[in-house]
Amino acid sequence: MTASVRPLSAADLTPVYHEQVREVLTRPSLSYWQDAWIRLKANRRALVSLWIVIGLLVFTVFGPFVWRVDPAAQDLDQISQPPGVDRTAWIVTPLPIWNGETQGEGSGTGLRAFGDPDTQAIRLRWDPAPEATGGYRIYRNIFPIGPERAYGLPLVMSRNEIWYEDRLDLRPRTYYYSVLPLNELGEHSGEAQIVELEARRVITVDEARKRGLLALDHIPVNGETVKLKLHPLGTDYLGRDMLARLMYGARVSLFIGIVAPLLYVLFGILYGATAGFIGGVLDAVMMRFADFVVALPFLLFMILFKFIFQVSAGESGIMPMLVALVILSWPATSRLVRGQILQIREEGYIGASKLLGAKTRYLILRHMIPNTMGVILVTLTFAVPSAIFTEAFLSFIGMGVAPPTPSWGSMCNEGIKTMLTTPHELVFPALLISITVLAFNLLGDGLRDALDARMRSRE
Amino acid sequence: MLRYTFYRLLQGLITVWFIATATFAAMHMIPGDPLTSERAMTPEIRANLEAKYGLDKPVGEQYLIYLKNIATGDFGISFTQKNREVNDIIREHFPVSATLGLLAILFAATGGVLFGALTALFRNRMPDYAIMFLVILGISVPGFVVAALGQLSLVNINETLGFTLLPVGGWGTVSNMILPALVLGLGTMAYLTRLMRSSMLEIVNSDFIRTARAKGLPATRVFSKHQLRNASLPVITVLGPAIAGITTGGFVVEYVFAIPGLGRYFVQAVQQTDYTMIMGTTVFYGAFLVFMVIAVDLVYGLIDPRVRLK
Repeated sequence: MTASVRPLSAADLTPVYHEQVREVLTRPSLSYWQDAWIRLKANRRALVSLWIVIGLLVFTVFGPFVWRVDPAAQDLDQISQPPGVDRTAWIVTPLPIWNGETQGEGSGTGLRAFGDPDTQAIRLRWDPAPEATGGYRIYRNIFPIGPERAYGLPLVMSRNEIWYEDRLDLRPRTYYYSVLPLNELGEHSGEAQIVELEARRVITVDEARKRGLLALDHIPVNGETVKLKLHPLGTDYLGRDMLARLMYGARVSLFIGIVAPLLYVLFGILYGATAGFIGGVLDAVMMRFADFVVALPFLLFMILFKFIFQVSAGESGIMPMLVALVILSWPATSRLVRGQILQIREEGYIGASKLLGAKTRYLILRHMIPNTMGVILVTLTFAVPSAIFTEAFLSFIGMGVAPPTPSWGSMCNEGIKTMLTTPHELVFPALLISITVLAFNLLGDGLRDALDARMRSRE
Repeated sequence: MLRYTFYRLLQGLITVWFIATATFAAMHMIPGDPLTSERAMTPEIRANLEAKYGLDKPVGEQYLIYLKNIATGDFGISFTQKNREVNDIIREHFPVSATLGLLAILFAATGGVLFGALTALFRNRMPDYAIMFLVILGISVPGFVVAALGQLSLVNINETLGFTLLPVGGWGTVSNMILPALVLGLGTMAYLTRLMRSSMLEIVNSDFIRTARAKGLPATRVFSKHQLRNASLPVITVLGPAIAGITTGGFVVEYVFAIPGLGRYFVQAVQQTDYTMIMGTTVFYGAFLVFMVIAVDLVYGLIDPRVRLK
């Protein structure tokens, strides 16, 4: 076997070059903010919170364009209406005042309704009791009477009549009526007669026409119904639409919650940066003053400021609250920024930059501000819930926005008075405050983890 | 330490003086004067009344009299509750608020230390997640909402049980105090739990814990004697702000639970614009808060020698 000899070709004689392999970045270079964004995206809680915050802003800004209901308009047919109830109302002719006439009365004993109980009038009849020497007293309750004999609201005392017509502020709900016999001294002298009645929602023909629910030339037949205006979240104690009020209330709450922190954080940055950058005696004096402002009891001063700025009644009181928040809240940020500036001033890269001939302006714009931005953003996010809290607290104790303007805090204040009968008036604004504060807190946690390695929580 | 104490006390005094001056200025900036709401009167009667109350004197002199009265602890007479001195109102109702606040702080501190320790022990396990979820809720839900919902659920509990487990409002017995104090302490408790958790986790890795383990101490002893005790120190630092938070939180809780504390009278005075009452209580509360915070800071310096300041 002989090895086959291949003739050399030109290709064999070309020199072999060493290919230059440079260092290649396998991943794209990330800026500080890109890196922070990736870390924030990995945090599920923070991301959900971010969406909630965006949702709230959309609700506040665009909500009133979609749900065009005047938050101050009263719907007197539906007062303190819980959300999602049946809106049908029977059309009836107005009932004349009852004179106790009982013609056509069906059989029945004890306390009973005469005719159909509805929201126009509830007519009651009862059996004469021998022990009622001094007449009767009629009570109405919206809760079951129960073993503790809570009869509720005393409506009227009747002498000899064994009938009564109730037209007092009737709502479509269950009522518990009791009639108690009285002796000559006006004391209860026997067993109560009790009845449970369900009042049907009715609207008179004239009212239905006036509200535009019924065509003017249409004459309704007996038993015809109309649909009342829609209130998805119900109405408050004055018959105002809750959804519209929550939207407008969000404007006040979020305006204060976002604008006040923006203003005082900005002031804090300027103040702290000036003190930190200039240093010396000025720094000492400025920081002593900040210490002094911190020592002021915050909420007391908020109340006091409200008093100082309270020019006249009818003013909604948003501006005084904003001013007071800004005046009292800046020191925390200014301290933080000053600390940061003092720290950054000593960093090696500042010295290097100075050696290369950087001017003060360049140092501030290129190094100081970008390096403090993360901390400031975190402070800002945490400042929002505390400002919302403050607004809600002040409005709740009656020092916040004045009544015609809704805010979540003042809505809670109004809702708490009817908490037992119509809890939705308290629950909705309370829920919105809690969700907003929760979302901003979680977002702040996430931002802190993403932006600032030093403040990162040890988890 | 002595110099520091002196400096803090001086700062506190200046703060109180500033609060007093601000209240005085506030009351003088409001349009109208204390006699505006009285019945129409002839100029002579008005002049007499002004002379009686010292309103005819120049503002500077009124201010000096005001400062002198405050220094001697005289806050004047309430406007809406005639014939009642603001002093008497404070003396009668502040103890109620103080009792409630003390109880709330007790709840908050024990609960915070306990739950914080628990979360650190069960780190990243079920109890930790459950408690931390509640903590975030506690921080995010405003006090008045907690108070109202607490009351509402208590009504329902009493209804289902068929007897009164705890009264829904009022004041007088221990059972009246439990729910309001819990509600009042909740926010602080949540905050303390968070603080305690991170402080516990930090201490777990410290040298003295390793030494204690190395010399063979049982785990329970390491936990209770070395870890818990050292971790609870930072709790004291936030007691100052906590007192402030609980005092102002008391305004709302007393209002919701119908407790006859000073906070409720303060809110009432604000709503009825009872000037002297607002002035008196603001200065009183201001002084109380300022000096409580100073006291807490000084006590912390005594307990933990590491933070003793120059």
